[in-house]
Amino acid sequence: MPELAPLLTFARLTIWEASRRRLLVAVLVLTLIVIAATGWGFHELRYANGPGGGPEVGEVQLRLIASQVLIFIVFLFSAVLALMSVLVGAPSISGDVESNLVLAMLARPVRSSELVLGKWLGLAGLVVLYSAGAGILELIVVDWTTGYVPPSPVGLIAYVASVGLVLMTLSLLLSTRLAGMTAAIIPLAAYFMAWVGGIIGGIGSAIGNQGLITTGVVSKLLLPTDGLWRGAVYAMEPASVVAAMRAAGTAAAGNPFGATDAPAPPFLAWTAVWFTLVIGLTLWSFRRREV
Amino acid sequence: MIRTSIREQVVDLQERQAAAATAAASPAIHCVELSKRYGRTVALAGLTMTVPRGEVFGFLGPNGAGKTTAVKLLLGLVSPTGGEGWVLGRPLGEVATRRRVGYLPELFRYQPWLRGGEVLRLHCELARLPRATWREETARVLELVGLSDRARDSVRTYSKGMQQRLGLAVALLGSPELVFLDEPTSALDPVGRYDVRQVIHHLREAGTAVFLNSHLLTEVEMVCDRVAMVDRGRVIATGTLDELLGGQACRIRVTGLDVRQRQSLSAFGHSEDDGEWIVVRGLDAERVPDLVAEVVRLGGRVYAVEPRHQTLEDRFLELLGGGH
Repeated sequence: MPELAPLLTFARLTIWEASRRRLLVAVLVLTLIVIAATGWGFHELRYANGPGGGPEVGEVQLRLIASQVLIFIVFLFSAVLALMSVLVGAPSISGDVESNLVLAMLARPVRSSELVLGKWLGLAGLVVLYSAGAGILELIVVDWTTGYVPPSPVGLIAYVASVGLVLMTLSLLLSTRLAGMTAAIIPLAAYFMAWVGGIIGGIGSAIGNQGLITTGVVSKLLLPTDGLWRGAVYAMEPASVVAAMRAAGTAAAGNPFGATDAPAPPFLAWTAVWFTLVIGLTLWSFRRREV
Repeated sequence: MIRTSIREQVVDLQERQAAAATAAASPAIHCVELSKRYGRTVALAGLTMTVPRGEVFGFLGPNGAGKTTAVKLLLGLVSPTGGEGWVLGRPLGEVATRRRVGYLPELFRYQPWLRGGEVLRLHCELARLPRATWREETARVLELVGLSDRARDSVRTYSKGMQQRLGLAVALLGSPELVFLDEPTSALDPVGRYDVRQVIHHLREAGTAVFLNSHLLTEVEMVCDRVAMVDRGRVIATGTLDELLGGQACRIRVTGLDVRQRQSLSAFGHSEDDGEWIVVRGLDAERVPDLVAEVVRLGGRVYAVEPRHQTLEDRFLELLGGGH
């Protein structure tokens, strides 16, 4: 059984590494610039004729527009988060194996499971910290410029963070066997395929094609990122938009930036099982690897 | 009730003392037919050896002979596919044993984004040393490897030799009972090599067993008490340096003797004469001074005396001879 003390040592080391390597600083600076730029954009939304003037749109209409623009901005954030999660996860174990560093650490009274779980915990901390920090800041800026607050801000941040956690976990698994670059490319490709899979599934339900629907469901089970993204979208949609989409019926189902329902509890339960399986597989894979 | 408890404690204490005594009496390393295959490749074929406590043991062989595999097996980093072994009296692969063992891996890099002192503190933590001892312990090992003034610098700025010294310092943390050094001098310049030898001498004085992997024969010859020679995953010879090298040859450079006088030296053993040098074989080390005295008595002038003139290299090549 893994013990807590060495596990926490590895978690702290992982966060320490990210901060020392200026990765965190670079991402934070970039994020702040993007948030500032979107703040200016949201501020200009209130003028019907675009930046610099024209009559102001009504408050209700402004919030409705803001809610839709926010979905696209958050999609951009989640894509950056996906990239970051994969880039920190993929070299995490393979890099230490290549430099023989792992030999020096595993020759101490620690288990390989403590190293893997510690690294996962540290990386998960980074992903959650970034999602929460950037998310809260962006929501404050949107509220301040347009007065719009999405219906479920906490849910939004939790779903966005989960997308990052899924990708980081997958890249960590691949990192036990593959070189950093390969372990990064595969989860990213899978992320985009799952996104497309979600759209295909949506189109399937719009036109009533069972084959497409099944494709959507399978892709969602293999990599739950798109299902979680839909959860984030649902958390951002005002009641009026949800009502309008429901009224449109199945025709709206293919829209990757829309969601008519919150993720179903069985899907969330599956996501928990997915994490357990992939982390379990990571522990097994690293233990079996001859370092 | 109380009496029972005291008795239990006494019994417990006796058992623990007995266990400690057994552990102390056990060799640093003992293994029987330890082997490792990777698929069809045999990395180590039946390693059988015993390394006594407090000795510097040289594990000598060409690159690819299975030396690093042996160390990884002994440290429990990989599992054997055959045979068994004990380190410090405990079966291979026990996590707790690693508290008493130090290890310098071959060709490794420490986290370049850490400072030297931070690497050491990290390993103090991983080795589960009491926190109160960290400062003293890191200062001690830094002093030992001559890195005290660079502890605050980032590892990124270290030269290869300094990285190796840092690795050595990490291996010495917590005064382990057994230290594995995998090719410790291969990246070092002559001064660095000298320093490593000094550290190994220091360890021997402190009673620490050292398992030294090396393909550098002269290195092993200079520091090791006992040597095992490996080739293609097998031990081809093992013993003390004297045992391995015969210990019974003396090379002497002498002038001023005529042919008859030179031949008379064969009274000490089988002698070979190549003009300047005379090699006397089968000569006990204790009789070397007598040989020199005899040369002087005969009117010869002695320029050099090399007891045990056969080098480890000669012996090694001789042993490999059949297969290479």
